[in-house]
Amino acid sequence: MKIGVCISKTPETTSRISFKNNMTEFDTEGVSFIMNPYDEWYALVRALELKESGVGSEVIIIHVGGKENEAIIRKALAIGADRALRYDTAPDDALKVAHQIADAVRKEGISLLFLGKETIDYNGAEVAAMVAELLDWPFASFVNKIDVQDSKATVRREIEGGTETAEMELPLVISASKDLAQQRIPNMRGIMMAKRKPIDVLDAVDSPLRTKIQLFELPQEKTGVTMVDPEDMDHLVRLLHEEAKVI
Amino acid sequence: MSVIVFIESKNSAFKKADFEAVSYAKRLADQLEQSCTCLVIGSDVSSARVLGVYGADRVVCIQHEALKAFDGQLYTSAIAQAYSAYEGQVLILLHSSTGKTLAGRLAVKLEAGLVSGANGLPDISQGFVVPKLVFSGKAIAKVELLSDHKIISLMSNTLAPEELGSAVEASSFEPQLAASGLRVIDRSTQTGTVPLPEAERVVSAGRGLKGPENWGIIEELAEVLGATTACSRPVADADWRPHHEHVGQTGIAIRPNLYIAIGISGAIQHLAGVNNSKVIVVINKDPEAPFFKAADYGVCGDLFEVVPRLIQSIKKLKGTH
Ligand SMILES: Cc1cc2nc3c(=O)[nH]c(=O)nc-3n(C[C@H](O)[C@H](O)[C@H](O)COP(=O)(O)OP(=O)(O)OC[C@H]3O[C@@H](n4cnc5c(N)ncnc54)[C@H](O)[C@@H]3O)c2cc1C
Ligand SMILES: Nc1ncnc2c1ncn2[C@@H]1O[C@H](COP(=O)(O)O)[C@@H](O)[C@H]1O
Repeated sequence: MKIGVCISKTPETTSRISFKNNMTEFDTEGVSFIMNPYDEWYALVRALELKESGVGSEVIIIHVGGKENEAIIRKALAIGADRALRYDTAPDDALKVAHQIADAVRKEGISLLFLGKETIDYNGAEVAAMVAELLDWPFASFVNKIDVQDSKATVRREIEGGTETAEMELPLVISASKDLAQQRIPNMRGIMMAKRKPIDVLDAVDSPLRTKIQLFELPQEKTGVTMVDPEDMDHLVRLLHEEAKVI
Repeated sequence: MSVIVFIESKNSAFKKADFEAVSYAKRLADQLEQSCTCLVIGSDVSSARVLGVYGADRVVCIQHEALKAFDGQLYTSAIAQAYSAYEGQVLILLHSSTGKTLAGRLAVKLEAGLVSGANGLPDISQGFVVPKLVFSGKAIAKVELLSDHKIISLMSNTLAPEELGSAVEASSFEPQLAASGLRVIDRSTQTGTVPLPEAERVVSAGRGLKGPENWGIIEELAEVLGATTACSRPVADADWRPHHEHVGQTGIAIRPNLYIAIGISGAIQHLAGVNNSKVIVVINKDPEAPFFKAADYGVCGDLFEVVPRLIQSIKKLKGTH
């Protein structure tokens, strides 16, 4: 059974966020990018564990983006994936990304597909559900535990205020939450081997364009903190009640 | 044409976020001069009437055996059928676990553009432009929806629920559905407290608490405020607190009306999940703690003295009401 893992890139959290061209475009100048943590730490590692336990035959990385992102793909290969597919197009729209991923799944005959629960830049949590619908597959969202036996998966999902464990049929789309696996750091041997693992570059498939970011705005700055005497909590409570009106 | 809002709470156990979504949908429907139709799963037609109070012109209970368990494929199919039957043009859902599981699917099925995690009403003066927070709340993106059909998933605490109408008679709708391939084995949910993503008030504590045995004052403060408790990541990693309380970049992102941070330094990864809270109070003994820069109110002092005092002062306030 082939296992697919979708990886995206995202600015490192400490990056300064700024925009150019009259606030219509994210300015990537000086921004360092990382693999989305949900993809790297949880989705990829659990996929590798399943392969190691004999459930999967191969772990294939799927990435939608330009050549400049190959360092991130190499990292995924160094952690242990077998090979990668890169759709050579800008990942500027969730539906467009989903169409490429669905194409990869069909071409490769993948039957278990891992994604992260969301990318930490746009926090969309859109792509996984879109892929599932494009493939007409079941989708287990926000999964923090998965075991696979024959054609069945047992998944534990995060739901509102708790968790739910369910049995689902393969093929299946999974979006990975925290705790699905333990982060792995690539070692020297992995890094050396990754250099020889293939990254196939594919042309993008078509997708209708239904959304467009018109403009970015920066949120209003905090006007500065009001310090309250630690001895006088009555004063704080009065401020929260009368000025902020939150209690 | 109609603005359709999907309410995920079943069997009429409605929560505040559901009413927020209904009021949001109604306000949008008024702008578009359309009606507001509210979809609920379940057969409790009589208690669904209350959704009219928050703005639904029509309430529809979707009834089918197969919808007892949450199977995203069947829910998508059921919602899509009702959406067409009631001539939907815009669909509103919550940006919750359930909403996120469905929104992308429905976008494909209804050929609709999707804005997920909206934090304000669309601007329809030119096109249809929806605001959402991006880059961990460091910026707002204005996203234009170009398609005829549109889907918005709404962040909780975006607009307060409003009494915009009166109770309406609910009707029922029976979709055509296949059998589910999913079998629920176990389900565990916290009871009693409001889940973090929906909480209006949150009391959160970090490593400054020194150990799990000291959480009593945090829980008491939360109780007097009617707040939900949260924690920083090292606290969850050390198993001082359960993982579902962990907020921040790798935990849950929240935006309550009030966030009280106690003994938390305010690292950027922590702020990423909480800096969109309306009012932030920081209690820390270090005047240089970075969190003070993101705070509205700050108390520089020893939390083991300040928090019990704060509890007393709140009790005093509540006593006079
Ligand atoms: C990739 C990545 C992702 C991360 N994601 C998250 C995340 O999602 N959420 C998160 O929270 N962190 C996250 N972190 C960790 C983050 O960087 C910080 O290490 C963490 O938030 C610090 O937790 P803390 O504030 O509880 O502890 P500390 O930084 O140790 O701060 C404790 C604070 O308590 C104060 N204090 C101590 N004693 C007292 C007292 N008696 N009275 C009053 N104040 C006192 C101290 O002055 C100090 O400011 C992440 C880190 C990385 C690298
Ligand atoms: N450009 C991309 N290439 C491959 N996978 C992606 C890409 N963008 C998003 N994904 C996958 O979709 C998940 C959720 O992304 P999102 O829906 O954008 O929050 C990510 O964690 C990735 O697994």
